[in-house]
Amino acid sequence: MIKFFAIPAHDRRLIPEGRLSGPMPWVIAIMIFLTVLAAAAGLAMTRAVGDVSDELSSRATVQIIEANPEVRGRQAAAAAERLRAMPLIAEVRVLPPEEIEALIEPWLGTQDLADDIPLPALIDLKLARVATDAEYQTLRRALAPIAPEARVEPSSGYIAPVISLVRSFQWIAFGLVALLALATAAAVIISARSALNTHGETIAVVHLLGGTDQQISRLFQRRIALDALLGGIIGLIGGAAIIWLIGTQLTALGSGLVQSVGLDWWSWLIIAAIPILGMFLAMVTARWTVVGALKKIL
Amino acid sequence: MLDEIVRFENVGLRYGAGVETLADLNFTLYPGSFYFLTGPSGAGKTSLLKLLYLSQRPSRGVIRLFGEDAVTMPRERLPGFRRRIGVVFQDFRLVPHLSAFDNIALPLRVAGVRERDLETPVTEMLDWVGLGDRASARPATLSGGEQQRVAIARAVIGRPEILVADEPTGNVDPDMAIRLLQLFEALNTLGTTIVVATHDIHLLSKIPGAQMMRLEKGMLADPTGSLRFPPRPKDQRQ
Repeated sequence: MIKFFAIPAHDRRLIPEGRLSGPMPWVIAIMIFLTVLAAAAGLAMTRAVGDVSDELSSRATVQIIEANPEVRGRQAAAAAERLRAMPLIAEVRVLPPEEIEALIEPWLGTQDLADDIPLPALIDLKLARVATDAEYQTLRRALAPIAPEARVEPSSGYIAPVISLVRSFQWIAFGLVALLALATAAAVIISARSALNTHGETIAVVHLLGGTDQQISRLFQRRIALDALLGGIIGLIGGAAIIWLIGTQLTALGSGLVQSVGLDWWSWLIIAAIPILGMFLAMVTARWTVVGALKKIL
Repeated sequence: MLDEIVRFENVGLRYGAGVETLADLNFTLYPGSFYFLTGPSGAGKTSLLKLLYLSQRPSRGVIRLFGEDAVTMPRERLPGFRRRIGVVFQDFRLVPHLSAFDNIALPLRVAGVRERDLETPVTEMLDWVGLGDRASARPATLSGGEQQRVAIARAVIGRPEILVADEPTGNVDPDMAIRLLQLFEALNTLGTTIVVATHDIHLLSKIPGAQMMRLEKGMLADPTGSLRFPPRPKDQRQ
């Protein structure tokens, strides 16, 4: 890469350069800005899906459905004891009635529900590892003699549709990144062709004096790479500012899945690399365009 | 040393689907010789020169250049051959945003000559064409004659084996025309083969040893007078 920027000043003068003078750097800046946002969204969703999946795939809930509160309490205590003895179970927590009421409060209000509606007893399980369907069957069989109406529900089942939706958004975001890369390449092709037309006479002269395709294309590569890098940095700064702003607002919401939407250090590293990747894309596209055009002349 | 530097065999050139601009060209150019290429406007002089300086491939025939087949030569090898040919274009084709110095230095830079080795030859060349005090001038600020001299200096700075010049004296006064021809002659005595396309029949008498090739309607014609066709080697001349 250094080779491309190490072109002697007199050679650089063959194709006059003006930083941020043409539309190219600004087009790249907009493309990189949008790419940064799309990539950040994709990466944040990847992390959120990963975190939630990891968390929920090793959790399960046992519901003990029994109308008689005393029997229900006894069954819940016995079930909890039985579960604690199983090696698959890492942690058992019987939810107190107040907590269960708090869970359904958003739907059924704040009245004293326990007296009117027979709420099931809930046991929150943290598993030692991700359990298979067969292990869940074993769990159910173990609880059947203690609490015949007990239901064992893997937590991942509740949120599977949400995860699936988030995954769709994640692929849409990465699809957008790919489309923006294509659009950037198209912009570079147009820019390179325009530069070839503008400097056609100079190129023809250098060509006839014995200049090689590589010598000529290097001049364009360098110019377009620098334009792309400058535009990319501008786009990155803009995109990073928006991500930071959205991140601050999401953190303030402070709830479940939304809170886990964030960026790791490696995500930031990928985002920071986008202008560099954009520059390489621009450089390769410019070289391909210029060499292709030069091959049409003898 | 090659006993022939250029050979055309049944060469024809056609642009697109039109009639042949050049047809049935058969001639040989010998190292160290001086040739004038004459003929009326539209006879195909510039097209023939384009074939010589590898800007165009012929539609048919064989062109041997420096002993190699220039028609089937891979494109990647052409730059190396072009560096052995100096060209003075009819319309000069100077790079407008470069100074006279940088325009003249261009062939050397293209050939990879180090910057510290450029100063002396380019300055000498500027002095040679009488533009020592215009080194930093851009083409737009130079007169037609000055631009032509910069174009000539650029063509000869790399000490080409062949110098091809298309109407090199068209924009200069008669005195400067003679001076430029003397420059070509000096280069010729150093071993460069010179091909000068010109309308100006008076120039022909200024280079006593020169031979003439006359083009008419795209074909080589027998010239009149003391000059002969086809050209033959210098050492066989009377």
